[in-house]
Amino acid sequence: MGRNILEEYMNRKYDADIKPSPQANLIKDKTAIVGIGETEYSKNSGRDELDMACEAIKNAADDAGIKVEDIDGLETFTLDRTAMPFIVSTLGLKNLRFASEVSFGGGAACAVTLHAAAAVATGVAKNVVCYRALNEASGHRFGRGDGYAKYMISAPTPHYGYTFPMGFCTPLSWAGCWGRRWMHEFNVTYEQIGWWAVVLREYANKNPRAIFHDKPMTHEDYMNVQMIVEPLRLFDCCVDTDGAAAHIVTSAERAKDLKQKPVYILGAGQSAPIEQEIQTIYNRPVISGLFETWYAAHEAYRVAGVEGKDIDVAELYDPYSLGGIMSLEECDFCERGDAGNFIEGGDNIRVDGKMPTNTNGGLLSEAYIHGYNLVNEGVRQLRGQSYNQVKDPELCMVTAGPGVPSSAMVLRN
Amino acid sequence: MTVQYTDKPIPRPALWGIIYRSSGSLWEGVKEEKFLIQKCKDCGKILHPPRPMCPACHSTEQEYVEASGKGKIYSYVTYNKSPHKAFKAPYSVILVELDEGPRVISNTVDVKPEEIEIGMPVEIAYEKIDDELTLYKFKKAG
Ligand SMILES: [Zn+2]
Repeated sequence: MGRNILEEYMNRKYDADIKPSPQANLIKDKTAIVGIGETEYSKNSGRDELDMACEAIKNAADDAGIKVEDIDGLETFTLDRTAMPFIVSTLGLKNLRFASEVSFGGGAACAVTLHAAAAVATGVAKNVVCYRALNEASGHRFGRGDGYAKYMISAPTPHYGYTFPMGFCTPLSWAGCWGRRWMHEFNVTYEQIGWWAVVLREYANKNPRAIFHDKPMTHEDYMNVQMIVEPLRLFDCCVDTDGAAAHIVTSAERAKDLKQKPVYILGAGQSAPIEQEIQTIYNRPVISGLFETWYAAHEAYRVAGVEGKDIDVAELYDPYSLGGIMSLEECDFCERGDAGNFIEGGDNIRVDGKMPTNTNGGLLSEAYIHGYNLVNEGVRQLRGQSYNQVKDPELCMVTAGPGVPSSAMVLRN
Repeated sequence: MTVQYTDKPIPRPALWGIIYRSSGSLWEGVKEEKFLIQKCKDCGKILHPPRPMCPACHSTEQEYVEASGKGKIYSYVTYNKSPHKAFKAPYSVILVELDEGPRVISNTVDVKPEEIEIGMPVEIAYEKIDDELTLYKFKKAG
């Protein structure tokens, strides 16, 4: 094994030698997201997840201008608690020929689109809907240690045996552990990381879909709120949400005749670099970075034939502030170790900044639909339909959960 | 300070009812107050967390070496709210880099959260929970 993963990561040089050529990639430019939909995002839906999933899927079909019956592929998370057979019988799908579920929690957030696109590009299915429904606020809260093992993990995972007995049992704390190390190595301050939450709240305040639409928050509010797991405060956490979101993938060819401006998938990739665990990866030579995000983002760039500097708007998976903040480095929007400086004061990630980021309010302030709402926002940006519209964007980067086997994609209009 | 427990059960290493063969040696060693690090018998690579095959040479033969139990705090978090019904907040979780290289998750013994610092030298201390389970914790190096 000549290839040294650490060198590759630290030198920011993604080795293209052993990978298939972008020209051979059947997804690139040949598949598109043509419809997006969601339910209301709330703290207490009073509905079950099947109910919400079907509404989001119907809305996505209506948005695209295709008949629900023409959906012939279903794609979701292994963690989704809706049963596919009931989706089929509720929506009246008569032509299902492709169905799959992707694992690794939020790490699947772009992989679902990739899998749907792969099915479309290879002719297995024509119109694949990716959906995710969850009652994370009122129902099965997996962000707590008690609930995590029960709801979050689809297979026994030996490494948790070394962490749960020590009381180390929540995603927030796992992130806090590598996040603290990152802050330590690069002298990042609490004041700096606070700007992420503040700017995202500004976006949410202009977005009527957002859970925190009516709740402003200043930097002072951020600094005064309680620490949940030091170094992370309450306002560093995503907003537990009830709701569902969906998007429909079809071929670029069919997309031309549909209702909305197509948003093409230019490049997408999954990653699981080395010493992979589910968020408790502390035996890599360095832990002050998000290897999975870097690898997935660079695979997406490689296939797309673009670089970080070409991206106009970014929707970065932020289950906690540090996940999004450190992703700015991993997507090459700033230097490694410089994201604290990059977001200080907030201007660089505001709508007219160097890299407008999480323009719907992100998972922190719009909703936590496991990343699907970031995909939908990316599509809106490229169609020119966002409540915080960036001026004429051509390329959008979307990432998925950090610290788990992950995924990313570059969308273009 | 040391982690305080409620009367609710502490999560066990066999979280899903399974102890993998490769994890068993570590927990058996800890019961005898030895921290055993798994090594590939063929190429000598340290395998931590333990696993059934060496990712470098694909050998399935392993051996175990006893760690000195000394190391330094590499990172840490402090829970101000308890995330789990078995544990009383506040408590800290530390990531210790052992002198032999592997990093392990643990808790402090007799160290207040505000005293914890990255780089602090620590040494292993065992906490017997019951006949089935002993946990490895770390105190300030003496
Ligand atoms: Zn070996």
